[in-house]
Amino acid sequence: MEEMIALEIDGKEVKAKEGMTILEAARGANIEIPTLCYHEKLKPYGACRICSVEAERGGRVRIVAACGYPVEGGLLVRTRSPKIDRIRKVIIELVAPLAMSDGGISGELRRLADEYGADIHRFESRLQVEPTRCILCGLCVRYCDEVMGGHAIGFMGRGIERRVVFFPERASRFCPTCHECYEVCPTGKIAAETDGSIFPKFSIDDFLSGKM
Amino acid sequence: MPKKLFSLEELEELRKEILSKREPDKPVITVCTGTGCQTYGATNVYETFLQEVKNQGLEDKLGVKATGCHGFCEKGVVVVVFPEEISYLKVKPEDVPEVVRAVAKKGILERLLYEDPVTGKKIAKESEIPFYKNQSRIVFGNNKYIDPKNIEDYIALGGYSALSKALSQMSSDQVLEEIDKANLRGRGGGGFPASRKWKETKNAPGEPKYVIVNCDEGDPGAYMDRSLMEGNPHSVLEGLIIGAYAIGAHEGFIYVRQEYPLACENLNWAIKQAEEYGFLGENILGSGFNFRVKVHRGAGAFVSGESSALMSAVEGKAGEPRFKYIHTAVSGVKGRPSNLNNVETWATVPLIINKGADWFRSIGTEGSKGTKIFSLVGKVNNTGLVEVPMGMTLRQVIYDIGGGILKGKRFKAVQTGGPSGGVIPEQYLDTPVDFDELTKLGSMMGSGGMVVMDEDTCMVDVARYFVNFLCEESCGKCIPCREGLRLLRVILNDVCQGKGKEGDIEVIEEVAEVMAAASLCALGTTAANPVLSTLRYFRDEYEAHIKEKRCPAKFCKDLTSFYIQPEKCQACLICLRNCPAGAINGDKGLVHWIAQEKCSKCGICFEVCPPRFSAVVKLSGEPIPEPPPPGTKVIRKKEG
Repeated sequence: MEEMIALEIDGKEVKAKEGMTILEAARGANIEIPTLCYHEKLKPYGACRICSVEAERGGRVRIVAACGYPVEGGLLVRTRSPKIDRIRKVIIELVAPLAMSDGGISGELRRLADEYGADIHRFESRLQVEPTRCILCGLCVRYCDEVMGGHAIGFMGRGIERRVVFFPERASRFCPTCHECYEVCPTGKIAAETDGSIFPKFSIDDFLSGKM
Repeated sequence: MPKKLFSLEELEELRKEILSKREPDKPVITVCTGTGCQTYGATNVYETFLQEVKNQGLEDKLGVKATGCHGFCEKGVVVVVFPEEISYLKVKPEDVPEVVRAVAKKGILERLLYEDPVTGKKIAKESEIPFYKNQSRIVFGNNKYIDPKNIEDYIALGGYSALSKALSQMSSDQVLEEIDKANLRGRGGGGFPASRKWKETKNAPGEPKYVIVNCDEGDPGAYMDRSLMEGNPHSVLEGLIIGAYAIGAHEGFIYVRQEYPLACENLNWAIKQAEEYGFLGENILGSGFNFRVKVHRGAGAFVSGESSALMSAVEGKAGEPRFKYIHTAVSGVKGRPSNLNNVETWATVPLIINKGADWFRSIGTEGSKGTKIFSLVGKVNNTGLVEVPMGMTLRQVIYDIGGGILKGKRFKAVQTGGPSGGVIPEQYLDTPVDFDELTKLGSMMGSGGMVVMDEDTCMVDVARYFVNFLCEESCGKCIPCREGLRLLRVILNDVCQGKGKEGDIEVIEEVAEVMAAASLCALGTTAANPVLSTLRYFRDEYEAHIKEKRCPAKFCKDLTSFYIQPEKCQACLICLRNCPAGAINGDKGLVHWIAQEKCSKCGICFEVCPPRFSAVVKLSGEPIPEPPPPGTKVIRKKEG
């Protein structure tokens, strides 16, 4: 029998298996914590930070990413607080300009924007980013690597230049018959822009320059 | 091939043999060949010395040696003649014959000595130069005696005696206790107690365990680790091997950043020699302890200095941080317990083992023991690497060692801790240098960058500089850091260009709070520090930029204009001729004036206007007076 760990999430006693994360424990107890870069088939990544929660132990409160923080006995978790709500609101406002398509956003990000009262246009004119419709959550990259073994998608660039690219030599072999990334992409960018076939609109230069 | 050493006794035997072959009275000309001096042509100077000694037929009487960095980089090429330790500065190849002649005659070449800028007095002995005199160089000081490519130089100075002591006379727990008792705190930035990490790795389940050297120093203006690794690589290696023994690790990595080719070269030499002598490999010094080390060259990413990112890089993955809720000390490289310390921390370990924790604790403050190496740069007279006991005040470092502010300007702030740190203004100049004291001021010790700023430095621009740096150097993985920096950059650019809006400061603070609370790694959580600390101490400068469209330091180009005061202009034509934009009008005898619409604000007119006229001034936030009517004649100043 595996050892069960008792912790408290939003005032509710929750039992979790050792090695589980706060997010898994919370979901097991029907407590919602929002995520954008989490996928149950993938290793936790910790990029979107929307799952930030307050974790208290020994009187010390830390903001941690629920998707990666392992459960501990006696841990007190608060999934909502004025500070957490503020963090989530600002994260949505910061990332929304990237996700923009036809002047709006869709899917989970849209739902979260409404829930946290985020003004998705707040920084849009200031940031002047190209609305690539990609929030760099890395779900496609990691799904392709970890689940499909395709290794056809990756990141290029660093800092604010970071972007997702398809590696043409791998993509030309794996992608035509796969298309699994269409489903995991939270903004629908990949499906919308690849035409559903073997990327006929794109040349190698397009792949490398990150237009994909 | 040297004989492999199998015991403490054999090492001491070898040391005696090396020393017996040395002639302590024979003059030796040493040339600093660290990267700083190399940029001034040190390699050429060194080779010229070799040739010149030959030419003058003095090969038997004079030695010539290449050494590591002395720290007074601004005065390179640094040449020191032993045994008297006469310091010659800014030595050029053409000076070499004269120096050699002087050394042969046991004389001193006055003209290349250090000259005190105040008294004009020449100082011959290196240790008496104020820059060196006020330092305590316990970690860095051996650089000047050592040819980094020659292990015998290190052994002659007592090298590897700490290792042999640890292996032959101390248990691994005793070594750990000694480091614990010394309260050695990590020199890489955070100041985390080294022994706590060591213990955590030692006690963590899982084999193999790894020990790692972080030589990914990347803070703008900082190069302490480079100089130590280039100049005294064996001290780092010795510390690492001792640490490995204490922890029970048999494999180590040394992560050296791509931009440090000489550090890599000297380190690889050192590893090879250490293997030959039996300090690395199987059965080290006959103790039965085995340890091997690999050099991992970085791919040029600042973020790889973060421990989990560095470990990803060592695994061959992209250098991106990952969760550290389980410490890297427990689950690091390949999920194994991995202890990481920076170059300076490792290099301090042999000293503690040799001289004892009590000796180490006698230096420094209550919470911060020992010394710290800083790279003192910016608007200060003596720039270079300085090693001072913890607890020395910022004022002592900047004025006593650094010789005060360039051109007699007024001190404004000192930036410590690099892109994770902050600025410390004048009213805190008497703060002791100490991990906790600097943190209290909203900055941090960091790895030891110390950038001095004077009255002409715009603090909003400083914040902008660091945010720009981080925009390019952040990994870009998590949203708060990446997008937060992107937004901060836009806002700070706007503020510097006079396009800042009311409410911008509040937006900066709101976003900075989210970055600090929710970013993935320590670089992200501290990325807003340069902005927050300049806001904390210089909020009025932000407000002046935003509300009055005025840059108080008269630095931001878009908010500053150049103006020639007609009553002071002597029509010397110097600015007019030097203006690259052709914006200056006037003629011989006629007052000059700047056509503002043509001015590119390069500041050359301001620089070249003779100080006795000082006719060109900078204006910010005030209207520019109309130019004088065409043909206005000069009002001659009475000479004398």
